[in-house]
Amino acid sequence: MSRIYTIKNKLVESRLFLNRIISAFALILLLTSGLIVRLVYLQIVGHEHYATLAKDNSIKIEPLVPTRGIIYDRHGKVLADNTQSFSLELIPEQIVDLDDTLLRLQKLLNISDEKIDQYQKQRKRQKRFVSTPLLISMTDEELAKFAVVRPYFPGVDIQARLVRHYPYAELASHVVGYVGRINEAEMKSLPIAEYRGSSHVGKIGIENTYEAELHGKTGYAEIETNVQARAINTVNSVPPTPGENLYLTLDIDLQKTAYDALDGFNGAVVAIDIKTGGVLVFASRPGFDPNPFVIGIANDAYQALQSSENQPLYNRALRGLYPPGSTIKPFIALAGLEYNAINAEHKLFCPGYYQLPNVSHHYRDWKKGGHGSVNMTEAITQSCDVYFYSLASMLGIDRMHDFLQHFGFGEKTGIDLSGEKPGLMPSREWKRSQRNQSWYPGETLITGIGQGYLQVTPIQLAKATATLANKGKVVTPFLVKNTISPDPTEPDVENPPSNITIKPENINSIISAMVNVIHDPHGTAKGISKDINYQIAGKTGTAQVFNIKQDAKYNENDIDFKLRDHALFISFAPADDPKIAVAVIVENGGHGGSVAAPIAGQVIKQFLREQQ
Amino acid sequence: MKAETRSEQFHPPSVIGNILRKLHIDIPLFIGLLLISLLSFIILYSAGSQDMDVLLRQAARVGLAFLLMTVLAHVDPYQFKRYSALLFGLGILLLVAVLVMGQFGKGAQRWLDLGVFRFQPSEMIKITTPMMVAWYLAEHALPPKPKQLLIASILIVVPTLLIAKQPDLGTALLVASSGAAVLFFAGLSWRFILAISATLAGLTPILWHFMRPYQRDRVLTFLNPEADPLGRGYHIIQSKIAIGSGGIYGKGWLGSTQSELDFLPESSTDFIFAVFAEEFGLFGCLGLLTLYLLIISRCLYIASQAQDTYSRLLASSLAFTFFVYVFVNIGMVIGVLPVVGVPLPLISYGGTSIVTLLAGFGILMSIHTHKKFLPHS
Repeated sequence: MSRIYTIKNKLVESRLFLNRIISAFALILLLTSGLIVRLVYLQIVGHEHYATLAKDNSIKIEPLVPTRGIIYDRHGKVLADNTQSFSLELIPEQIVDLDDTLLRLQKLLNISDEKIDQYQKQRKRQKRFVSTPLLISMTDEELAKFAVVRPYFPGVDIQARLVRHYPYAELASHVVGYVGRINEAEMKSLPIAEYRGSSHVGKIGIENTYEAELHGKTGYAEIETNVQARAINTVNSVPPTPGENLYLTLDIDLQKTAYDALDGFNGAVVAIDIKTGGVLVFASRPGFDPNPFVIGIANDAYQALQSSENQPLYNRALRGLYPPGSTIKPFIALAGLEYNAINAEHKLFCPGYYQLPNVSHHYRDWKKGGHGSVNMTEAITQSCDVYFYSLASMLGIDRMHDFLQHFGFGEKTGIDLSGEKPGLMPSREWKRSQRNQSWYPGETLITGIGQGYLQVTPIQLAKATATLANKGKVVTPFLVKNTISPDPTEPDVENPPSNITIKPENINSIISAMVNVIHDPHGTAKGISKDINYQIAGKTGTAQVFNIKQDAKYNENDIDFKLRDHALFISFAPADDPKIAVAVIVENGGHGGSVAAPIAGQVIKQFLREQQ
Repeated sequence: MKAETRSEQFHPPSVIGNILRKLHIDIPLFIGLLLISLLSFIILYSAGSQDMDVLLRQAARVGLAFLLMTVLAHVDPYQFKRYSALLFGLGILLLVAVLVMGQFGKGAQRWLDLGVFRFQPSEMIKITTPMMVAWYLAEHALPPKPKQLLIASILIVVPTLLIAKQPDLGTALLVASSGAAVLFFAGLSWRFILAISATLAGLTPILWHFMRPYQRDRVLTFLNPEADPLGRGYHIIQSKIAIGSGGIYGKGWLGSTQSELDFLPESSTDFIFAVFAEEFGLFGCLGLLTLYLLIISRCLYIASQAQDTYSRLLASSLAFTFFVYVFVNIGMVIGVLPVVGVPLPLISYGGTSIVTLLAGFGILMSIHTHKKFLPHS
């Protein structure tokens, strides 16, 4: 490039550039004029119109909050509804001396400092002229006390609000769940328009899973207001659509029976209607009263729940992970039959322990001295461990994994509650990928008696039992039967047709062995066979607690109790035409036959009595 | 040059003036920015429910942004040119990183957590894109040839798409316009500009196809806000009422009833202009627009006085993008443009945009105060 050319080019460039600067400036002026024209239109031409809208008789768009749907049990008993409640509310901008007013109210109604603090915090977050509650759910006494002195408290008033109420309190707290104040994170994820005016949202349980259905559709009213922002006249309104009512498959009376039967223990009971998959009982003990969560639970009360050793906030039925113990044996036996590893009459001598070839370690049976010579039926009836060590060894972990997976072990059941745990069904592959270790033969043996890595949730155990009772037709548990009013078009939930192919004679031998558990004199749960004209099939389980040592150091007084095994029981009835499947887990309950089985027995008997 | 001598009048022969000049601060621009920042505090106090905490937090951010501006004003513009490509590449890498990390998170992901502070790469790319395009075009004779045009377009489209994918339509728009502005100032032929405009109009249906549902909603609501008064249309209806009710003289400072009574959402951030218009009326709005125009004029003047192609292109693009910012925000609040999340520059509450904007002004000051020789000496 020559020097002359460069200079020429520079000159051309400069001129071009200056040209462009001028064009850009002209464009900027043009566009700015456009903005000014619009502003003139809004602020001069439209001023009167907008000023009317804004001020003297302004039109406010007020959300009309829908009534939350009611939750019923299968017989129409109310599990969650909305009750009228009175709250003491203040509009700070209308109060001359807020601190003085608060002090007087505190004396009059005996309000705690914590509540005053809470109010102050909430007030600062609120926009101006918004009524903010100081007391929610006032008692009759508080109402009366305030009513007398009301004229001396300008800017303070009693407001009626609908508050969610759970009449069964702790009985169904984990399954029904609760609503609570919308927090900041939820504020961001919820649809803004739909929740304008709503203060609460479902936090856990059905209240959370079916939030969209329960909430309903927010309407709005265009309200004419005067200078004091008091409503004079509604110009136009679109009414809210109330939330849908939910009918659960749950039977609250049966739930109560199960919950009461767990008295004195921590544990869970799940019962499923085998024909539909509807969950009849979903009890987790201890529960908690969800009502304080609705109005905002006090901090110390919440801390107490959180730190309680019994973990009442923990949904054991959905999220509790337990070794299934011997309740896994019917499934392992079925695997043995299906893979032709054994036949039902195949006998084995049980000396009270099992040894792997060339290993000196004794894998012990729960019965010292052993069960002698037992076939498969006897092994299930008496819960012979040695038989299942041997069978597990014959099957190998991968075949057990593949077969048990069909029954839902190691997978979420798909129940309509959020937060479900998948449990764990170990395999060679799992151990390699997750732990980077190889599988040991001894681990196969203890998997055969439901110990080791194997972990199940109560709902999973109930589903597997129902599927077994259903002869391989997979049962998927669900809680919401249907929704009625205002639009009854919602179809009933149905199970997807999914089958495990099992030979009928195999499943029949397993079922008859499970009947023996209850009805044979040697059965481990023979105690519950009294006073019934049908047969129950079941299996007891006793699972070792592994984390004893830590607990023991923690609380010396409890050492003996915490050392005790978990008691488990799975069952279904009537054995010839199964209607209900029940899984029971009693933490530190000791023996499945003596503690867990009677609980299942009560549930089954009550359910079938009502059916007849 | 006449303009040069006029600007000399702005330099008071005081001690402060000398210090500011030593700091490479352009005094007219500095005064304009200071005025608008003070105005920002006045409006924010009213819009933010008179919360001093809001004001203090914003003051801290503005202080930091002014500091960054001063630091950048000190840097020789040659250094900006030298590191243009590197900074642009880094920006793109960070955008990709944010996008990849977003795959594991939920929804929109714009931040990169650096432990000590969080960093928004799309803000950095707002400046590095015009830097890169200016650097590339300045290497060749102007006006750009078709080949350079193509490459420059790619340099603009890549960051724009990466940001649009976050999804952040507002910022994507600003980045695209900052790059397009460089092309315009580089002397892109008018015929070509016309052709591009026609093509873009043709591309609208395709763009529509790629929009997120909420982005489509915004456009639809813009076209007919009354259809959804509780949801999407709420902002526009309420902001129009607020602005219109302000009238010629406004309701006075702290006199806004619409924001105070919670009618106007996002009154401290994207919709702050509505509060301003309600309280200060048409006169106030004209004043604010004038202040913006003065700042933009000064920036364009600085661009016209710049001594090399790179500086000219960068300075003019930064000036023009600043206007786009103002235009898009006010246009959206007064209901002539769709609601895209663009704050009112230097006035809306929030730190990141202020830091980027003042960084841009720092570069402008650097260009103006580091002249190697006077044009007509």
